Amino acid sequence: MDLFEYQGKQYFARFDIPVSPGDIAETVDEAVAIAERIGFPVVVKAQVKVGGRGKAGGIKLADTLDEVRTHAGNILGMDIKGHTVHRVWIERSSDIAKEYYASFTLDRPNKVYLGMLSAEGGVEIEEVAANNPDAISMLSINPLDGLSLEQARTWVADAKIDDIAREQTAELLVKLYRCYVEGDCDLAEINPLILTPEGKVHALDAKVTLDENAAFRHPEWDEYRATETEDPREKMAKEKGLNYIGLDGTVGIIANGAGLAMSTLDVVNQVGGSAANFLDIGGGANADVMAAALEVINADPKVKSIFVNIFGGITRVDEVAKGIIEALRRVEITSPIVMRLDGTNAVEGRALLAEHLNDKLISEPTMLDAARKAVALANA
Amino acid sequence: MSIFIDENTKVIVQGLTGGQGRFHGLRNKAYGTKVVGGVTPGKGGTDVEGIPMFNTVREAVEATGATASFVVVPPKFAAAAILEAAEGGITFIVSITEGIPAHDEAVTFNRLVRDFPNVRLLGPNCPGIISPGKANIGITSGDIALPGGPVGIVSRSGTLTYQALHELSQQGIGQTTCVGIGGDPVPGTNFIDALKAFNDDPETKAVMMIGEIGGSEEERAAEWIKANMTKPVVTYIAGVTAPPGRKMGHAGAIITGSSGTAQAKMDALAAAGVHVCLNPTEAGEKMVEIVRGL
Repeated sequence: MDLFEYQGKQYFARFDIPVSPGDIAETVDEAVAIAERIGFPVVVKAQVKVGGRGKAGGIKLADTLDEVRTHAGNILGMDIKGHTVHRVWIERSSDIAKEYYASFTLDRPNKVYLGMLSAEGGVEIEEVAANNPDAISMLSINPLDGLSLEQARTWVADAKIDDIAREQTAELLVKLYRCYVEGDCDLAEINPLILTPEGKVHALDAKVTLDENAAFRHPEWDEYRATETEDPREKMAKEKGLNYIGLDGTVGIIANGAGLAMSTLDVVNQVGGSAANFLDIGGGANADVMAAALEVINADPKVKSIFVNIFGGITRVDEVAKGIIEALRRVEITSPIVMRLDGTNAVEGRALLAEHLNDKLISEPTMLDAARKAVALANA
Repeated sequence: MSIFIDENTKVIVQGLTGGQGRFHGLRNKAYGTKVVGGVTPGKGGTDVEGIPMFNTVREAVEATGATASFVVVPPKFAAAAILEAAEGGITFIVSITEGIPAHDEAVTFNRLVRDFPNVRLLGPNCPGIISPGKANIGITSGDIALPGGPVGIVSRSGTLTYQALHELSQQGIGQTTCVGIGGDPVPGTNFIDALKAFNDDPETKAVMMIGEIGGSEEERAAEWIKANMTKPVVTYIAGVTAPPGRKMGHAGAIITGSSGTAQAKMDALAAAGVHVCLNPTEAGEKMVEIVRGL
């Protein structure tokens, strides 16, 4: 789960990482009140989960209450690369002497943590990485050992962080590492991490991705979930606990397992169709989950046919069959359903469905046959 | 031969008294796997359909001589259960649990590497392993596999593992072993581990490798295949048309560059001499052609 900048900064603050004083506003009046409270000059920043906010006019400096009113009014409701701005973050403006970059993430090939630190941070960090990789100091950290302040001190020197900023940066890196590990982040990134002319180091931006698998030990994440998605289809799926991504095609997809779901998209595409969604009902899905999945797809007006592609392992096909029957009983499914059912208890599942088969509920023997049938129905 | 497990492998099931553990543990036993015990704290001395239960892995290992464990416990407890297996003397651990926090996986993996270098972990979040006709540890439906080889299968995706088995069995092509390595960020066993074992196994004549978008394991496997593999490899990478996955900010871009996409993986594998196919059925057909030509 990606956090908004303001959520990331609030998350950083939990771990004592210095950020600019600020607060979040959903209206112009709230923005003005915050600016009055924290003092001028302030920056009005659009809160969207997409890069290039500054170039799109979503980040503005304000010296007066009138300017806050104007900028907040313009930015709230603005569209930035397809994302509507619902909130602005108002923070005290910082003078910048230097911009650094710092992050922690997983080094997947080596199965350890990777810290990255650069004295050349800012918007061009990816170009720095491509053209001058030596400007980024990489530190491999074994999760069993962690990051000590001593190591962090050596690291900031290796990265050629300015002398005046080194001790503060080393301390901040230890805190950011704690945030990454104890905060169960997939990514904890600060770009830019700034040095002010007064010699203070703090985070001017925050990019935090949380590991959803760790949600059980983070009740405080509930508030982030409330603001997470805007697509009404995705909201509905989320409420039902489904792994759903909305797309633009006409064939609704339900599969078990991310791999099979992706493969189903591939095959539908290869036989001339386009998927309306990605939906993985996960391992061990029961009848309720299957029924919920059909309801979510049924609610999408673009869907012209539904392809249910199940290969049972931990998921039992008879449970899937019960879910399909239950869904048919509960709601009127408008599009024809094409099923391909194999694997654990497939024989039992097919037997349960046998008496329900008709021209709106069709069973095909293979994945390719079912894809062709679903695409033909969608394109008819 | 088969890799990692065979008809002599003695297996315990951690979580045999739970719903999933009981269902799949008993299915593994019915398949012919030597399931010699179960472990659930507090259930020692009882039995599940004649399989003796123990309170700890150590007790189970001492009583039964088991070397493998099938770990079927919820995400919260999975990391501790895996480490208990290693500490209790198990050398081959299969973890099917989906939803273990990435940091728990990273810590567990590194603990195994440091303190238990002879232990192999398969998974987490994988379907397990089946050596058809010999042993099945995990959640794969045994009836979709066909004994006798000559194909080895290694796959990152659970359901595509079944699809691969199914495509081959339908055509009368058997498998030596089918290994599901799982798609989590920190897999205990990776493609290269399985490819090495298949390359060394005289009965495996060809390998089917099923990958998916994300990470760089397929690219690394391609390098290894180019340098070492003596047997034909057929591959399918899921996700050519998948929506872009979770963005990992600048850090992700810095680590992986352009790699991680299905196309980059397919290009790397094709350059290593691997037969790259566009869907599971095509991969099955290609493998049939290769096996018939052996």
